[in-house]
Amino acid sequence: MSEPSHVIRFADVEQTFGRNDGSEVTALENVTFDVGKNEFLAVLGPSGCGKSTLLRLIAGLIFSTRGTVSIYDLKVTEPRDEIGIVFQRPTLLPWFDVLGNVTFPLRHKYGRVSAEDKVRARELLALVGLSDFAAKRVDELSGGMQQRVAIARALLLDPDILLMDEPFSALDALTRDEMSLELLRIWSERPKTVLFITHSIPEAVLLADRIIVMTPRPGRVREIIDVDLPRPRSITTLSDPRFHALANHIRGQLFTRAAA
Amino acid sequence: MRSQTISAASSLPVPPPEAKPGKAAVGAQLRLWADRLAPATAFVALIVVWEGACRLFSIPSFLLPSPSAIVAAGLEVSAMQWLTNISATLRVALMGYVVAIAVSIPLAVALANSRLLSRTLYPILVIVQSTPIVAVAPIIVVTLGASDLPRIVITFLITFFPIVVSTVTGLMATPEELIELSRSLRAGRTREMLHIRLPFAVPYIFSALKISITLAIIGAVVAEFVAAEHGLGFFIMFSTSFFRIPQAFAGLAVLVALSLVLFRLCTLAQRWFVPWSLPKSAR
Repeated sequence: MSEPSHVIRFADVEQTFGRNDGSEVTALENVTFDVGKNEFLAVLGPSGCGKSTLLRLIAGLIFSTRGTVSIYDLKVTEPRDEIGIVFQRPTLLPWFDVLGNVTFPLRHKYGRVSAEDKVRARELLALVGLSDFAAKRVDELSGGMQQRVAIARALLLDPDILLMDEPFSALDALTRDEMSLELLRIWSERPKTVLFITHSIPEAVLLADRIIVMTPRPGRVREIIDVDLPRPRSITTLSDPRFHALANHIRGQLFTRAAA
Repeated sequence: MRSQTISAASSLPVPPPEAKPGKAAVGAQLRLWADRLAPATAFVALIVVWEGACRLFSIPSFLLPSPSAIVAAGLEVSAMQWLTNISATLRVALMGYVVAIAVSIPLAVALANSRLLSRTLYPILVIVQSTPIVAVAPIIVVTLGASDLPRIVITFLITFFPIVVSTVTGLMATPEELIELSRSLRAGRTREMLHIRLPFAVPYIFSALKISITLAIIGAVVAEFVAAEHGLGFFIMFSTSFFRIPQAFAGLAVLVALSLVLFRLCTLAQRWFVPWSLPKSAR
């Protein structure tokens, strides 16, 4: 049996949440798309478009009201090991050092961390550029460094799929660009299927193979855009005319909707 | 904060502060001394003013004894008598405190885990907390008889509530992302509690432990006021009933000192065992 070309598949997914007052809110409606093997997919949209809901559906933390979310053609019914998550905030544990934070998923899941696990964690720290920081306390690190630790933590169980929920939105603009390029480097060294949620147009264009543009309340797929910028991308990509054309196109999309 | 800035500045290679202290350096040095000595100076000044006022206005010692009279009265009491009273109060306070910790933290875990339990028990806890302990103390003594038991129960009742409330708050304040991380790893609720929620509650627990240790002393004293043969509370009651006001004040001073030492020990315990739970400036 050959491996399917898509890793994640959303088929006509609808998600409603009950409010405390008994009414219902539709977070997602008619959402259908595929994510290919080792594809970098960005989900772009304003707040309230159900981006985070999308991520939690894939992670198996919540389950769709209608339609199916599947991974490798298997319906998602619980959280799976082949997924790593990076959140908006690094949410590191202050009582562990940097290495302890990277190995935390193993300690938490199996109750112990072997010597080989620590070696692997150190390799991951080298990958994210923090080799010399293994024994540092997490509050000694800058926001960007903390998010690097969070990325290393997400990669610990060697997931096929990396889910990233606006991971750089809390960082300053300069660190943000730097982290985006770092992420592309990490991704080229450890290819993964990435679902990257963001509300930044340049960030989405710089990073992704494809961009899903969402509309808010209820969240729907407005357009799926192929980003035909050459790889590897770098800081010069930001001044590519094609980059601006794509960014302008998306901005237009989001603006027309806002004006309507 | 200030002392850190100064030590950082003096570690810079240029200019060496010993070489020729400028006006700014002298000013900084003075501020540093003021920072360190101000509390002690204020305390000493208060004592001096108190002593001076007592002598100047010849305030009778049964109204307000002078500090020197209090010290003299304290020295008249034998060391053995002090030790007996201090150890009695300390024993009751610490036993009530330890029982409160042992009950409160598991109770908080249960409350944080179950909405139903929390809705059921919380009102009862609030009622217990709202009952004036001084009013209940005599009833408890009558019910439980004349031993350490009623005193420990009274101390427990006054100390446990802050620990429960703070611990629950801490357990619920864990970042949602970490709970999601735990669920995505399917680690189970026990590990979620032990590896994430409880450690996250540690700063909250220590805040409560600091409040409760001083409450424990209050609880022990209240219990001793009602019925006791030893203890600093008993000592103060006994002294006042014989109009030995300076001696009562000496007992009070020892009580305050005891409370301060215990509070300090809590702070040190936090610094030794869980330094990460303190803000950077307090480590």
